[in-house]
Amino acid sequence: MKTTNAGPGIALRLAPALTVAVLILPVVAGVAGVALPAFGYLPALGGDTFSLDPWRALMAMPGLRQSVSLSFTSALVTAFCSFALVQLFVAAWSGTRVFSLMQRALSPLLSVPHAAAAFALAFLFAPSGWIMRLLSPWATGFDRPPDVLVIHDPAGLAMMAGLIAKETPFLFLMTLAALPQLPVLRLGQVTSSFGYGRLAGFFKVILPLLYPQIRLPILAVIAYASSVVDVAMILGPTRPAPLAVQLTRWMSDPDLSLRFTACAGAMLQLGVTAAAIACWLAGERIVVATGRRWLTGGRRLARDGAARLAVAIMTFTLVCAMALGLVVLVLWSVSGFWPFPDALPPTMTLQSWVRALPQAANSILTTLWLGLAAVAAALVLTMACLEREVRTQQKPARSALGLVYVPLLVPQVAFLFGLQFLLLTAGIGTNAAALAFAHFLFVLPYVFLSLGEPWRAWDPRYGRVAASFGAHPSRIFWRIRLPMLSGAVLTAATVGFAVSVGQYLPTLLIGGGRFSTITTEAVALASGGNRRLISVYALLQTALPFAGFALALAIPAILFRNRRAMRTGA
Amino acid sequence: MNKQESAADLVLEDVRILRAGQPLIHIAARVEPGSVLTVMGESGIGKSTLLSYLAGFLPPDFSGSGRVLLGGTDITALPAHARRMGLLFQDDLLFAHMSVIENLMFAVPHDVSRAERRRRAEAALCDVALENMETRDPATLSGGQRARVALMRVLLSEPRALLLDEPFSRLDMALRDQIRALVFAKARERHLATLLVTHDVRDAEAAKGPVITLQGRQDTAK
Repeated sequence: MKTTNAGPGIALRLAPALTVAVLILPVVAGVAGVALPAFGYLPALGGDTFSLDPWRALMAMPGLRQSVSLSFTSALVTAFCSFALVQLFVAAWSGTRVFSLMQRALSPLLSVPHAAAAFALAFLFAPSGWIMRLLSPWATGFDRPPDVLVIHDPAGLAMMAGLIAKETPFLFLMTLAALPQLPVLRLGQVTSSFGYGRLAGFFKVILPLLYPQIRLPILAVIAYASSVVDVAMILGPTRPAPLAVQLTRWMSDPDLSLRFTACAGAMLQLGVTAAAIACWLAGERIVVATGRRWLTGGRRLARDGAARLAVAIMTFTLVCAMALGLVVLVLWSVSGFWPFPDALPPTMTLQSWVRALPQAANSILTTLWLGLAAVAAALVLTMACLEREVRTQQKPARSALGLVYVPLLVPQVAFLFGLQFLLLTAGIGTNAAALAFAHFLFVLPYVFLSLGEPWRAWDPRYGRVAASFGAHPSRIFWRIRLPMLSGAVLTAATVGFAVSVGQYLPTLLIGGGRFSTITTEAVALASGGNRRLISVYALLQTALPFAGFALALAIPAILFRNRRAMRTGA
Repeated sequence: MNKQESAADLVLEDVRILRAGQPLIHIAARVEPGSVLTVMGESGIGKSTLLSYLAGFLPPDFSGSGRVLLGGTDITALPAHARRMGLLFQDDLLFAHMSVIENLMFAVPHDVSRAERRRRAEAALCDVALENMETRDPATLSGGQRARVALMRVLLSEPRALLLDEPFSRLDMALRDQIRALVFAKARERHLATLLVTHDVRDAEAAKGPVITLQGRQDTAK
């Protein structure tokens, strides 16, 4: 037996192992770095012996029980609502004009950073928000904002709404990516020829096939929602706040002994997230067990027109809320004095922008270089892995692909605390490289997920033809594969950049207060209540990823303006 | 136009291909310079796998043994880009980001000067009545024009043998005869040993060469 393939170079050969290492090791090290102080061991802060004191301190914290239950419930509610809405919408409308319309509306929403989306919704739905202004006083009779707690409500409903608004577009796009691998159209034709309604046909036949492919993204949503900090600070309950917010406060408290408590809390957070995920998985089992009867029960549910309409209205409401929220941000950013209940600011001025921009310039720069560095590193590593796949014609195992999700499944607080301690202990402290690496950890999974699919879908025969002309594998990469996939590479880069721009906790913890991005600045303004300034920052935060997406569309359009197949493809 | 070193014959010496340890193909054959060997068989029998073994792209779940000789040289262990086996597939696979002339120039061997590369590419276009198409976007050409560009592109790479993977099956009837005649004429003109894989009997008839029909397990021809 002889091998006839030209083996890839050593760097490419090692790329997958390296990728797994840089994704997993920091997470494992971070969790270890938080586990030791959780049991009292952190020599740098005088903890030389193991003890359960941090746990006792944690348990004595007022409101801990509510914090935990808030984190747990909001994770499951967010995941369930986003998942249900996405599946219902896909079931009811895929293949129609309504669907492609929503597709175009939901995709850009993904690039709105979480914090900006939270502010947008807050300024829309608050008692003094735009909706109330539009209805007052003629419909409500209010001359002053009503005294009800809409934002920061103790049950966390506003926070969940904010999370759902952001996670629905995410799950929608993940579902869209998985759908083409199934013969959706033909299966739909089969079920409807048996007399099943659209919704019933989808849930009985397509969803069971689709679900395995979107399960990890759903679990990532659970992990994210159970430990979110920025959205929780903007929309969430305050007394007590969800667990991750409390932990972040303790971590930045001047009283250093609270850090031990925070680490015990981070372990608790890990448990809460794991419990929420376990709960979802148990739910899966129950649905599968009870669903089988329903599956073969023969109910057609053919008259689902009203249900389909309701689903469309819900999705439309979500998109409209986000869009109106962005409009309110623009209004506030250019408003002078804007008294309640005026629907529009009586005076418009650019003063907020003029005042904020010089201060923001530095954070914008930091945001840019951080994002670009993280994206560049992630792209190099991702393309190295994919290139190895192409050259060896070996598909990675499904389990290996699952490893990419690890940084998304472990709550950020649970390992970033530990990483921070490790960096301090190692004498590295806070520097630009460590911070860029922290961003890279969260950027890489998204770049990998975004680029993997188009890369694998690319017809390998192009490469074979080029090789038959005598082109070396590296020449094929630079001259054929990379240019033909440039659109996909740019899209992956912008997705990664948007993720980096949106990062709050890594910048706060690993940056150690020395680096501020637009996002950390915006979240820091949340408690101040200066709506004009907040709006300017939230809009800047949104503008950066949008500019990225615009560039990703414009560059290939200009570069390949005379190449029709390059514009319709990838 | 371009000088072939010397006419090379293609020899498949006791070539066996296994899939997951199970025998798939067993073939021995010699293709004379300027003649076409047609390998026929039902779809899924491994015709394309045979070509990927010859061209150097055998996927890792397959394993192959037996030597492949081109002009007397054993190329079995060479990487794909060093084999000089020209490939034509059922799709033209023109590179979408390059103009017609860039597609052609990409194929011309690297050691040829830039001016000469361009000259050869232009001459190739003239040869198939596609002059003035240099700067065109391949996506704007008709199916027949694309097929002709793809053919001239593979010839410009100065292959020592041609491997054809059902290259006519996507063309409509009228065009198929025309392109088929053109491909065989060019291959003969350049004395290329050509191996054609197809399930269309008319391809085999037009090739006017020996035919091997792969069946289930194995088949050998002289």
